[in-house]
Order: sequence, then C-alpha cells, then structure tokens
Amino acid sequence: MIDPHESTARSAQTTDEPANGAMPPPIRRITLDSQPTVALPPSQDAVAIANTSDRSLAAAGRPTRGVAGPERMTISDLSVFYGDNQAVKHVSLPIRQGEVLALIGPSGCGKTTLLRTLNRLTELTGSARREGLITLDGTDIDSLEVTEHRRRVSMVFQQPNPFPMSVFDNVAYALREQGSKRPKKKVLEPYVIDALQRAGLYDEVASDLDHPALRLSGGQQQRLCIARALAARPEVLLMDEPCSALDPKSTNVIEELIVELRKELAIVIVTHNLQQAYRVGDHVAFMYLGDLVEYGPTDELFDNPKAARTRDYIGGAFG
Amino acid sequence: MSVPTRTPAPLPPLPLPRSPGGQRNGKSPKKKRVNESISTWRLTDRIGYVMMWAAGLLLCAIGIGILVFMAFKGLQYLRPDLLFSSPTADVDQSKSGGFLDPLLGTVLITLIGITIATPIAIGAATWIVEYGRPTWLARLIDSGIEIIAGTPDIVIALFGLVLFQQGIFGWMSFVATGGAVFGRSFLTAGAMMSLIALPMVFAATREGLQSIPAHVREASYALGKTKAATIRRVLLPSVKANISTGAALGMGRIAGDTAIIVVLLGASLTLDPQGNVPGLNVLKGTGGTLTSYVYNNSPAGEGNAPQKAYAAAFVLLLIVLALNFAVDLIARSGAKTGLETSRLGAR
Repeated sequence: MIDPHESTARSAQTTDEPANGAMPPPIRRITLDSQPTVALPPSQDAVAIANTSDRSLAAAGRPTRGVAGPERMTISDLSVFYGDNQAVKHVSLPIRQGEVLALIGPSGCGKTTLLRTLNRLTELTGSARREGLITLDGTDIDSLEVTEHRRRVSMVFQQPNPFPMSVFDNVAYALREQGSKRPKKKVLEPYVIDALQRAGLYDEVASDLDHPALRLSGGQQQRLCIARALAARPEVLLMDEPCSALDPKSTNVIEELIVELRKELAIVIVTHNLQQAYRVGDHVAFMYLGDLVEYGPTDELFDNPKAARTRDYIGGAFG
Repeated sequence: MSVPTRTPAPLPPLPLPRSPGGQRNGKSPKKKRVNESISTWRLTDRIGYVMMWAAGLLLCAIGIGILVFMAFKGLQYLRPDLLFSSPTADVDQSKSGGFLDPLLGTVLITLIGITIATPIAIGAATWIVEYGRPTWLARLIDSGIEIIAGTPDIVIALFGLVLFQQGIFGWMSFVATGGAVFGRSFLTAGAMMSLIALPMVFAATREGLQSIPAHVREASYALGKTKAATIRRVLLPSVKANISTGAALGMGRIAGDTAIIVVLLGASLTLDPQGNVPGLNVLKGTGGTLTSYVYNNSPAGEGNAPQKAYAAAFVLLLIVLALNFAVDLIARSGAKTGLETSRLGAR
C-alpha cells in the first residue's frame, strides 16, 4: 500500500525514516482514476493554480515575500516525548528575522508541540521530555532564565485569551516588572499605546482603554493578545493557529498584521489553513506524525513539493 | 479494495405519535407557533413534570411564608430603641432593654470569623489547584476540609473549648486567679467560627480557579511571568467574585450559628470586656449574639420574652438575607466582567 519511494521523504537536515524501517501508518488513499478532491475553496490563489497547466503560479498572484535576515533561532535535531510517545522526531529548522515560518501538517503531527517547545511551555507538562538543541542568538535556550527567554520569545494562542482586566492593564501586565518595582501608569502609557498601535488596535480602543478586555470582539481580543505579546519587545513571535477562532474579516486583518510585523521580528506560525500558510509564510515546513517531511521557500514548496506526502497533503488527499 | 455493495431493504415507517397541534391548517388568522405539547409525553414523564413544578412552588411558599411570618411578628414588636439600647436583666419586660449588645456581637463575631477564614481558605485553594503536589497531600487537605465542613458545629465548639482552655491560649480569654484558662471569648469563638466559613470560601475559590482555562495561565507564562506573578496578578483577581461569594455565604453561616456562641462565647446578655487594653478587652471578653439572644428569650430559654425574640430574629433574618443578596449581586457583576460565570451568576 505504501509507495517505497515515499519513505525517502526529505527532512531538512536529517533523514530519520529508515527505508526498511517500521511502516508508517497508512494514509487515506483516493482512487487513482478519479479527480483528486481539492480541499481548498476556489479563491484567487486556487484559481490561479488551476489556470496554469504546470501548477506554477502567475507572478501577479503571488504575495510579496519577506526579506530573510539573520538567523535568530536554530532548532537542531529536536525530539519531544510525552511519556513514551514521541511527538516531534529529530527536527532541525532555522528561524530567521524578517520572515514568517509557517508550520503546516495534519492534526496531531507535532507542530503545536514544536512551537510550544520554542518558548519552553512544554516544560509545564509533567510528562514532556526534550532532546536536541535549540539556540536563541547562538545561546542554548536552556541556559537562559526561563522567564527572560519567554519575554524574548513570546507567544499568541489559538483561543484569544485576554486577562480579565482592562485593555490597558492587559498590555501593561507584560511591561510591569515582577516583584516590588511597579512603574506608574503615566510612565507605561506611551509603551502601551505603542504596542496597541503596532497591533493595529489602538484606533479602535483609544477611547476605552479602561474597559474590560473581555468585552472586545473576538478579533479585537486576538489583536490585544498580539499587542500584549509585542509590548515586551520580543525577538521571536510564536503564533499557534491565531486565526482559527476568528471570522474571515478578522483573519484578514491579522494576516495583514503578520506581514507587517515580519519586518521587525521573526515569526513562526502554526496553521491548519494551507491558504494562510501560502499567504503569510515565507518558508513553509510540512510535518507529518512528528517528522519534518519537507521544508522550503513557500512558493517552491507549493509549486513543486518534493516529497510525495507533501504533494498529497497540499492536494488535499489526506489530512 | 472493492466493497461488496448491499442495499438494505427499506423499513416500513414507524407509527410515531403525532402532536394534535401539528394538523392545524393555515386558516386561523392569528399565526401561532406550535410548541411541544405535553399531551404526547408518557404518563411517568407527565407526573415528573407536575412534581417539578410542585416542588418549586412549595419551596417558594415556604420561603415567603417564613419571611412574611417573621416580618409580621417582628415588625409588631420591633421598636427603634430596641436596636440602640443594651439588654438588662429585669422581670418587667418594659425595662429589660433592647438588643444592641447582641447585634454588635453578631457583627463582631462574623468579622473575626471571616477575617481568619478567608486568607487560609484562599491559600489552601490556590495551593490545591495551582500546585497540588504531592498528590497524597492534596488529597489529605481536601479530606481535612471535608471533615471540617461535615463536623456539627456543637462538636467544633466542644473541641474549641478543650483547645482554648490550654495554658498557651491564656492570652485569648480570661484567666482566673488560680491560672485556669476560661477559654470563652470573642477571639476563641471567632477562631472556631472561621472553621464554619472556611469550607465555603475554600470551595468557591477552588471552583473559580479550576474554571480558568489552562491557556490563560499559559498566556501569562508565555509573557515571561513567574508562577507567583501569574497567581497574584491574573488568577486571584479573576476569582475575586468567587471569593466574595464564598465569604458572604460563610458570613451568613457564622451569623446564624448558635452552638459555638453558647459554648464558646458565653451567650451572655451583654458584652463583658476583660482586661484594660481598649479594643482587645472586648475581644478577650464574653458576649452574646442575636442567635443566643433569640434562644434565651424564646419560651425555651430563661428570659422568656417571645416578643423580643421575634424582633431580634427578624433583624437576624434581615442580616442573613442582606448577605445572600450581596452574594447574588457579586455573582452577577462577576459574570459580566469575569472570565466565567460563577455558580449563582449563571442563571
């Protein structure tokens, strides 16, 4: 059932699947003679794909890609275990300033675990264990104090989760020092406003900074969470399906924001939405069952996927 | 991989009962939405339905009945000067004064009890939810609080009396010339009263903390905050409404308790300060509350002045109702701004 060539799927730096090793679980096959079911709704991108015979996109339809800067984080040979279950298998990836890395893959493939490992949130799970090296600007992240590391590598979650306090306090919370030293509201105000502006939320909430954050709409709440994460001036921003709980319009606003933000920081985004990965990602990493199957520039990966499994996933054959 | 096709024979339609409303034709000028009709229900379901209504209405009737009866009896005898004059022992009821001292006693004992109970309960609940390791210790604490909650107040009172008559607790109450510790005072009664309120504050706080989704904690950690900062700045403020609800319920329980007052506070008519330090002398002294006043003046007690018992009972009822109303208010306001709706705010 399994094509033997498929197991030679390329990892970014390591080939971890032995050719004669244990059979990977079967993926749902579609009959060969029928048309493949395309999961993507016919948007402009999909129409562009359909209209070009060699599946390469017309240059006009492509989103502008970010300019890759220096490498901020490096993941090398990372494995994460939950008990005996290996959720991430020997993954190596670079995370660069100035571009968006999109992690795609079916549910349970380890992309969220990988993301949470980057700011050491997996350590909160008792059974989790990590092997391999993650560096931030050349320093092993284990040698950094965990709260300092998390201030530099911040995270936005799937569910908008503002704290039950005012809009102002939500952002100020990230700025306020821990312990006894608590700056005055006057001192914090410009920083809070700056963070809200960078998240594109300030114009909407300028007059009610003292209102409870939980009264905002879902999209506004998520942008507030982004503002909160930006307030601490992180170097890397991790986003775990930030738009999956939002309507298309709010999604659009946040995607534009991501493209805007990539100029100043490195962004890693986990997404279930292939179109979103195509629109905002500069590099895409496709994961399957904990393996990094393919990694490459977005256009290349979507036009000419090298691994058969990537082709199937992008074509909507399984997932 | 071809699956053998098997077409199942079509089943005859089930004879399902039809609601009589379903056949209404569109001729009636007034358009009425046809709702589910109880006439299609089974007999047992119909009996259950009637009993649910009956139970609810009965409870309403009992509650309103108590309130109306107490209001009628209480207002009949309640005079403003009863609230502002101290009780005195006199055979002539017109000279035996009011119940200012028991009223102050109720307020004082409630404040002492809740002040001791709240921080301990919040601390225990926070530890159980946020740390809770080792598990055996968490389970032990849980059982301990369950035991406290389940112990009858008279048993708590007796235990308190034995405990506070030990020499080291001499500073809390009156010490006789021979060195015997009296063990009865506002401090000792308040300390034991805190055990009455503690399980309520504990349960409300724990419930609130448990209902905060894990991703809210993670959001705080992801901003580089410590666990301590997360608990202090995010989690505890989120459960403020729950804590207030638990505290108000606990205060209601304290205000209404009699056994501990009789055993540990002396249930005297007036406040009897001990010692010379202002403030502390009242706390070290004995006294009474509205509950003990009602008991003493009821036909069962030695005072036997039912009119005053009714008036005091009515005031006590008003205090407890006011506390319950406060619980409701807090829960409602918490539901508007908090992360979740607390137990009472959800309706």
